[in-house]
Amino acid sequence: MATVLCGDRKTNIPEAEALGEDLWIPQADLERASGWTLEPEGVCFDNSCVPIPTHREAEFLRPQAFNLSAFWRHLKRPVIHDEKGDNWVFGETAGGLKAALSSLQAPDFALPDLSGHYHSLSDYRGTKVFLATWASW
Amino acid sequence: MALDSRGSEASRPWIEAAHPTYPCLIDKEHKVAQLYGMLNVPSAVWIDESGGIVRPTESAGAIDTSRAIDRQTGQVSPEARAEAQRRRQLYYEALRDWVEKGEESVYALSGQKVLDRVRGTDERHSLGAANFRMGVYLYEQGRPSEAKRFLEEAQKLHPENWAFRRQSWNLEDTGQPVRRNMAALMDELGIKHFREPIDMPGMD
Repeated sequence: MATVLCGDRKTNIPEAEALGEDLWIPQADLERASGWTLEPEGVCFDNSCVPIPTHREAEFLRPQAFNLSAFWRHLKRPVIHDEKGDNWVFGETAGGLKAALSSLQAPDFALPDLSGHYHSLSDYRGTKVFLATWASW
Repeated sequence: MALDSRGSEASRPWIEAAHPTYPCLIDKEHKVAQLYGMLNVPSAVWIDESGGIVRPTESAGAIDTSRAIDRQTGQVSPEARAEAQRRRQLYYEALRDWVEKGEESVYALSGQKVLDRVRGTDERHSLGAANFRMGVYLYEQGRPSEAKRFLEEAQKLHPENWAFRRQSWNLEDTGQPVRRNMAALMDELGIKHFREPIDMPGMD
């Protein structure tokens, strides 16, 4: 049993198995937990696929199960868990901003307002946007 | 965009008092802040009609007064306050100039000038963000002492990230006033800036 925090998702996976630094989840839960899917080409997200390294399939795949943490480390992204292994954060990649900005385009995102309604930056194409941060602290 | 891990209830009174005509969003996990390399508040990015970045992340008109704080009163000196006000006005004028003139504004940057100003993030920063996210989540789950460990790790991994640090102080806040010696803290951390100077005509 584990809760997986990944991207914008927070997913409860009853049949997840945490073994030290490895989190095995049912393959059937991969997409809802992470947005990635298992295809013949490899593990895919948004039209791009990462092949499972040859001769290392056993690190990532078991019958019906997928080692999400091993895959995330393979992508060179951070994975952390709490002491009991009940809660896992699968982090974003480093260098995201520099990469996104090679096209000088502001990376898209979505956040909720006070009423919980989500706004994306891309909703505001056609107008100038002043994106500013503040805090009650 | 409120960088507020306590969520909409912490931000609500401020937003409602402002009667905003613009979207006010809540970034509980500082996720978008991380995406844009925003390390403190207020920070801002200027984005044009086609989604292109015109000014990458910088302080939204606020200067670094952390070393001008009087140890006795906890207040910033009147001179420093006046200077801060002057710079803030300049920033707002620059913003209005861009709104009016678009890419003709001297404050609008393009191409290489934008890229040169973008600060990259590295693996320590993204590991820090993952720790921060775990800390916020555990705090939400009512596990503050476990949360603290992850929030501290986030600060250790990304010491320049004042948003992580200030948010963590806020989450631990017992309501008792805390007088922090910012200058000493910054010396101890080896951090030069509470806010980076704004690189804009008229700001020196």
